Amino acid sequence: MSERTSLLQIGGAVHNRDKIRMTLTVNGEDSEILADGTATLLEVLREELGLPGTKHGCELGECGACTVLLDGEPALSCLLLARQCEGLDITTIEGISHGNELHPLQDAFADLGGSQCGYCTPGFILSSAALLERKPDPSRAEITEALSGNLCRCTGYNQIFESVEEAARKIREENS
Amino acid sequence: MLRLPRFRYMAPTQISEAARILASEGADAMLLAGGTDLFPNMKRRQQTPATVVALRDVERMREIGSGHCLTIGAGITLTEIVQSDLIRSRHAGLWQAAAQVASPQLRNMATVGGNLCLDTRCNYYDQTLEWRKAIDFCMKKDGEVCWVAPGSPKCLAVSSTDTAPALVSLRAKVKLTAADGDRMIRLEDLYANDGIHYLTKDHGEILTLVELDQVDDWKSTYWKLRRRGSIDFPVLGVAASAKFADDGTVENCRVVLGAVSSAPIRALKADAALIGNRLSDDVIAQAAEAGSKVAKPMDNTDFTLHWRKKVAARFVTYALRELRGDDMREMRSRVARHDLEAVGV
Repeated sequence: MSERTSLLQIGGAVHNRDKIRMTLTVNGEDSEILADGTATLLEVLREELGLPGTKHGCELGECGACTVLLDGEPALSCLLLARQCEGLDITTIEGISHGNELHPLQDAFADLGGSQCGYCTPGFILSSAALLERKPDPSRAEITEALSGNLCRCTGYNQIFESVEEAARKIREENS
Repeated sequence: MLRLPRFRYMAPTQISEAARILASEGADAMLLAGGTDLFPNMKRRQQTPATVVALRDVERMREIGSGHCLTIGAGITLTEIVQSDLIRSRHAGLWQAAAQVASPQLRNMATVGGNLCLDTRCNYYDQTLEWRKAIDFCMKKDGEVCWVAPGSPKCLAVSSTDTAPALVSLRAKVKLTAADGDRMIRLEDLYANDGIHYLTKDHGEILTLVELDQVDDWKSTYWKLRRRGSIDFPVLGVAASAKFADDGTVENCRVVLGAVSSAPIRALKADAALIGNRLSDDVIAQAAEAGSKVAKPMDNTDFTLHWRKKVAARFVTYALRELRGDDMREMRSRVARHDLEAVGV
């Protein structure tokens, strides 16, 4: 191996990766899969489990598009190995609705313009869902903080914050 | 698409086992804590370890202990630091630093040990392999020249950890564990002002524990400069802690600057200007002037060089005014574009 990193190593198809068997609990269902031991959770969700709702953004931990919930807490699936997530409860955007019934956050984002191009939306919804789980009536500052790891280039954020407030109000009404 | 290069993954459950693996694998192995620094670097081929030794299954590194000293396992996440009432009330500088690292998702994953060992950063280094190849690489990885200062004999990549200046200011010690035993060192001695060899520990040593004195009579604070109120690494960090006599005289103190060189730097002349004095506006101004002299930023991070140097004195002033008891919340939220009260809710 030369001293300089081989360009052949970059990107795309890297052959002869060691595949390992792993069991992931995604949206309440156990899936046993055979995947590269060096594959990220993001890659496995999209490429092995057919769950493309979790988005590829920067892939370096800076944009939040790949946010999933691990045991209910937001984490970045681009910076986790899939194998590290065995035994954890993984929630993706596909698991947030109940059948055909959208989650109140999804309804609110759609109704209030919280989602425009939509690419960042799964990450925002999951970060918001984790916030509302531990804080049903968050202040605007708390919403801003909870969503500060998710970037949106369309909305200017205000519609997103309003969507979360609206969803929080609906969820509180349903629970009262 | 950025995929990780190939590597062998090992996940020991005991510190001793991790140290043994590290010793036997040698320089080809790297430690993995939260992965928020190592994995981006691996994706950009800045670091290409043959073996990755994951520490997340080592339970012993995930404990906070409170006795004579406060001990924080290196595997404690930054979110766990933020959620600790004890740290928030007694070691405010550490709490404020942890609360301002990156974003909520990254704090859920990143550990205090990982943040203390964070790779140094530079605009010419934190780039993809293709980008770095186009400039014929730099001396930190694969090249010969420092592109920030082509005449420089050493790498000028920047220490970009928030918790290190805060913990150096709090006089923290860290435990380094190797296959043949462990040792405690002062955290400030962990760092060398060299962008490549920025940690003084041996490759086979694992940072396993942070230890802080349990002191009620010290106050501490951390101020961070970055472009956005989230995600960004510090462009400047100012940590300050002080012990006051009953009449408000500073008996002891430590001012530490981060992100202005390849290591957290103590501002000893600022300390000297403060000790024995009350924190009057004049004393603060003198200390800020003296303290900012250690800031020697290079043109390899965000913001313009001259402004970054100029603003260092202002940040030392803010930190010292907060220690004095001034209500700095409005100033902090204006400067930081970040409401610290909302963190960790």
